[in-house]
Amino acid sequence: MQRGKRPPRVGDNPAIRRTLIAFVLVLGALLVLAPLVVIFTQAFSLGPAGFARTIGHPDTRHAIMLTVVTALIAVPVNTVFGIAAAWAITKFDFWGRRFLLVVIEIPFSVSPIVAGVAYLFVYGLQGVFGPMLDSAGIKILFALPGIVLASMFVTAPFVVRELVPLMQAQGRDLEEAATSLGASGWRTFFSVTLPNIRWALLYGVVLCNARVMGEFGAVSVVSGNIRGQTNTLPLHVELLYHDYQTVGAFAAAAILTVLAIVTIAAKVLLERQGAGRASRPALAAPTAAPGNAK
Amino acid sequence: MTRRRVLPGLPLSLGITLFYVGLIVVLPLGALVFHAASLGPEDYWRVVSSARAVASYRVTVLSALAATAFNLVFGLALAWVLVRYQFPGKRLVDAIVDLPFALPTAVAGIALTALFAPNGWFGSVLAETGVKVAYTPLGIMIAMSFTSLPFIVRTVQPVLEDLDPTLEEAAQTLGGSDRSIFLRVILPLLMPALLAGLSLSFARSLGEFGAVIFIAGNQPMSTEITALLTFIRLEEYDYQAAAAIASVLLITAFVMLAFTNLLQARALRHTARS
Repeated sequence: MQRGKRPPRVGDNPAIRRTLIAFVLVLGALLVLAPLVVIFTQAFSLGPAGFARTIGHPDTRHAIMLTVVTALIAVPVNTVFGIAAAWAITKFDFWGRRFLLVVIEIPFSVSPIVAGVAYLFVYGLQGVFGPMLDSAGIKILFALPGIVLASMFVTAPFVVRELVPLMQAQGRDLEEAATSLGASGWRTFFSVTLPNIRWALLYGVVLCNARVMGEFGAVSVVSGNIRGQTNTLPLHVELLYHDYQTVGAFAAAAILTVLAIVTIAAKVLLERQGAGRASRPALAAPTAAPGNAK
Repeated sequence: MTRRRVLPGLPLSLGITLFYVGLIVVLPLGALVFHAASLGPEDYWRVVSSARAVASYRVTVLSALAATAFNLVFGLALAWVLVRYQFPGKRLVDAIVDLPFALPTAVAGIALTALFAPNGWFGSVLAETGVKVAYTPLGIMIAMSFTSLPFIVRTVQPVLEDLDPTLEEAAQTLGGSDRSIFLRVILPLLMPALLAGLSLSFARSLGEFGAVIFIAGNQPMSTEITALLTFIRLEEYDYQAAAAIASVLLITAFVMLAFTNLLQARALRHTARS
């Protein structure tokens, strides 16, 4: 037997290799790439002027503003929550830690429609707080607060999920050393913990932001779809589409698509810094154990 | 051994966490369950077992199953190709796999509808062969498989990367064919990850709303998914019925969540032993 030359691995047969690559590329082009192309083709089907006309329309501009404002509130709040939750869960041992993590991840598995309906039963007139808020003149549903709350529900797990596996793997030794040398809790966090988790944190924030800006189902239940008032950009896409303003709908969709592409680019860059690895391999466990990390 | 707690910040961080989770996650879902339960068993059962509701479960579950089966083949092939082969544009393909997660569902919905509508790029070609996709259950399946594609790729890919090549080599020296090595050595090792990916993909498809409603046609009894029926009951101001049907979706989500956690716990035990 020849030495030094490894036998070809399973699937290295050129015929199989080519067939599989071709299968994946063709299907990927049809199912994933074609939707991207059709969005931009439709958006610019009346030329750049047609595109600009839609984007310049006050309703579209308002929808963009509302989406940005929602993200500016929901994302920072979720980030603070994510850091607090990850700190509590990974730096301390307390009863129910695992259960708490499961509860935090519930929004991942719940249909966005269910989330929207659930919020109606808290802040709607038939809800828990609804009548009280109504008599106090505070409007939550069919207004900005409702949209923000529903977005927060949908994205609650995004930052936590990135931080917990990573902070678990990093252990507590560094923080304990810092505090035993006299650093305050805040100082320990900002000069010891944060530098170690910054890429994973940013990764979670980027994904959270993309989801907040693109959320449709949950927001569509609580927003009331008031044109030029409570329409976020994804809702505006639907409204224009159902109004048979196809070019307008795709122009608005194109903005969201650019956001998605930027998100993916940021994701790839952050993954090169090592972010996103920790959250994946709950199933490829060996790398999760401290000291065993590659 | 009990370790003395040295790090500060437990009351603050845990306080924020519990307050936020309570207000944002637990309170709304609790209110939903409470509302659904306030119907009483008879009325609840009448709403959730009405012919229209049952038809919506049927189309949702069958489409989600079909979408997941499709993603099993496509997702596994994608993960395999991305891990095992080198080809130009591979990194781009790897990045683009995440597009369905990054693209807002409403955008995916109108894009897929534009492609598969009878006058669309694919729809017009398919129409000549007599296949209708948009406004049929097939369209629902396509929308669901689009939005849930990354799950299987992203759960299988890291496991495939970490697969010990000596196992394959051992099988090869024993004279196993590629086919039998794949089926009897590699696939069993991928199984825990694959199952977890499948259950995530299925769960996501069951709850999908934005991508589906544009392409589905939304005809009661035939192309109306459960999430949409919930929405319609709300628009009719039938809040009790909406709560009841939403609670069915919620219970299904909890069952799927428990199932996935079980699979992950098993996978962890499995890898810890080896």
